[in-house]
Amino acid sequence: MFKRLPLPDTSAQKSVMVYFDGQQVTARDGDTIAAALLAAGVEACRTTPVSGAPRGPYCMMGVCFECLVEVDGVPNVQGCQILVKDGMQIRSQHGARRLG
Amino acid sequence: MTTHDLVILGSGPAGMAAAATAVTHGIKPVVVDEQPAPGGQIYRSIESTPVKERRILGEDYWQGKALIDGLGDPRIDYRPGTTLWQLTRRLEVGLLRGEQASMIRARHVILAHGAMERPFPIPGWTLPGVMTAGSGQILLKSAGLAPSAPVVLAGCGPLLLLLAVQYLRAGIPIAALLDTTSTGHYRDALRLLPGALRSAGTLFKGVGLLAELRRAGVRHVRHVTALEAQGDERLERIRWQCGDGAEWHYLSTPLLLLHQGVVPNTQVTRALDCTHDWDERQLAWHPRTDPWLATDVEGVAVAGDAGGIVGAKASAIQGRLAGLGAAMALGRAGEEQTRKEVKRLRRDLARETAIRPFLDVLYRPAAHWRLPEDDTLVCRCEEVTAGELRRMADQGCRGPNQTKSFTRCGMGPCQGRMCGLTVSELLADANGQSVAETGYYRLRPPFKPITLGQLATAAEDASR
Repeated sequence: MFKRLPLPDTSAQKSVMVYFDGQQVTARDGDTIAAALLAAGVEACRTTPVSGAPRGPYCMMGVCFECLVEVDGVPNVQGCQILVKDGMQIRSQHGARRLG
Repeated sequence: MTTHDLVILGSGPAGMAAAATAVTHGIKPVVVDEQPAPGGQIYRSIESTPVKERRILGEDYWQGKALIDGLGDPRIDYRPGTTLWQLTRRLEVGLLRGEQASMIRARHVILAHGAMERPFPIPGWTLPGVMTAGSGQILLKSAGLAPSAPVVLAGCGPLLLLLAVQYLRAGIPIAALLDTTSTGHYRDALRLLPGALRSAGTLFKGVGLLAELRRAGVRHVRHVTALEAQGDERLERIRWQCGDGAEWHYLSTPLLLLHQGVVPNTQVTRALDCTHDWDERQLAWHPRTDPWLATDVEGVAVAGDAGGIVGAKASAIQGRLAGLGAAMALGRAGEEQTRKEVKRLRRDLARETAIRPFLDVLYRPAAHWRLPEDDTLVCRCEEVTAGELRRMADQGCRGPNQTKSFTRCGMGPCQGRMCGLTVSELLADANGQSVAETGYYRLRPPFKPITLGQLATAAEDASR
């Protein structure tokens, strides 16, 4: 859906390695989790608790809560609000968030 | 609990201007923002955007630099990446940064948390691949990300046109711009043109955007009256109808960006139980404020789009007014001393907002874009359709808090942010009553998810 614009700066930018459902994803330093996943071609990052329908980021500004993912074991994290960090373990969230 | 003279929520134009003004009166404000960097959505990522070629995002964007530089004043305690999860009427402020929660107390609060995009409930709007124009622009500014295949933009309003032009300047092809502006609104808005000419600069920028789209030969489909996103598991194609025609037009696309204007984000002012009024022209709730932008909750003011849509420049002016209001409330400035500045600010504000009635009328989303058909999801989180809400109205539900109890509509993770406006308008329509009578959700903290473990750190912080 999205690609990096071929900008001079982008190549010079430090890259960050994260994991999405165990797969390595290269992100740009300064990306939010949701932006990094979209750049890596991830369309859906969770399924809904009601019907199990796939959902992906929608508003990118913290309002819609569609980009909820599990980050380093913490569920219900808004992917559009948190920046990627090297080695971050991101998991898609299926149905309702896990408790405890 | 530490006490601070002034806590400002949000570091967009209103919040940054409020902080800069407060500092000139000897106040050391705390500025809290959920985003990792200042600027709000309008000036987002100015300091770090990979899109350095100035003409792509445009000069209006780069103008935000001056306000952002002001936020670097060492007397401002700027806290990025910090979430507000609680604000009480006694001005206790609950914050979360990373895993650390804390409570601070404020003598005065300025809410400058801005706007959000109006819900755009069409069939298929929950499919991955359907996003908002605002999200497209955020991805462009913050990450240099743009659609990888020709994109469809649909809806109405200045932001939609601006994004289209920004994409064109970045060399991104646009498959179609589906314009939902109602035919009659051009005529209605024309009557307001003389008033709008007082903000001629803004008006001419809008005309310039339209001309740029035309020159580029973008497929600009006008008078779109119906739109659906279709696909299995993700967006594959869209279809639309135009004018009075019953014919459906189809287009394959992996990405649809929707937009029909912005509305105040009233989550916090609602939770504080500030009085809100339904603004029929902007089709949105506005917290009631006095000329100093103070709400009816003692010590709480609202500046910028959070109080009613005024745009970035007017938001900064309101921020300055609210900053002066705070200085006066805290006894740091007298009426005499600020009179001249206030007079100038009010004059500037009147000029900057003169275009609003024109824009509000021109880009007012028609009823069928706000009151979807029965099969369309209204509450994305709990997957409640318009039809279910209408059935609840038939069974006697008069307001959103009743339908919430019956259907869980508005009880999901977004806490009603994405459905609230639609639900109020839909129930008002179904019950034949006004939106004001129908009311809105009662909202409660926490405003954002916080784990018990994180909450416990606030108690540890307080006992230290």
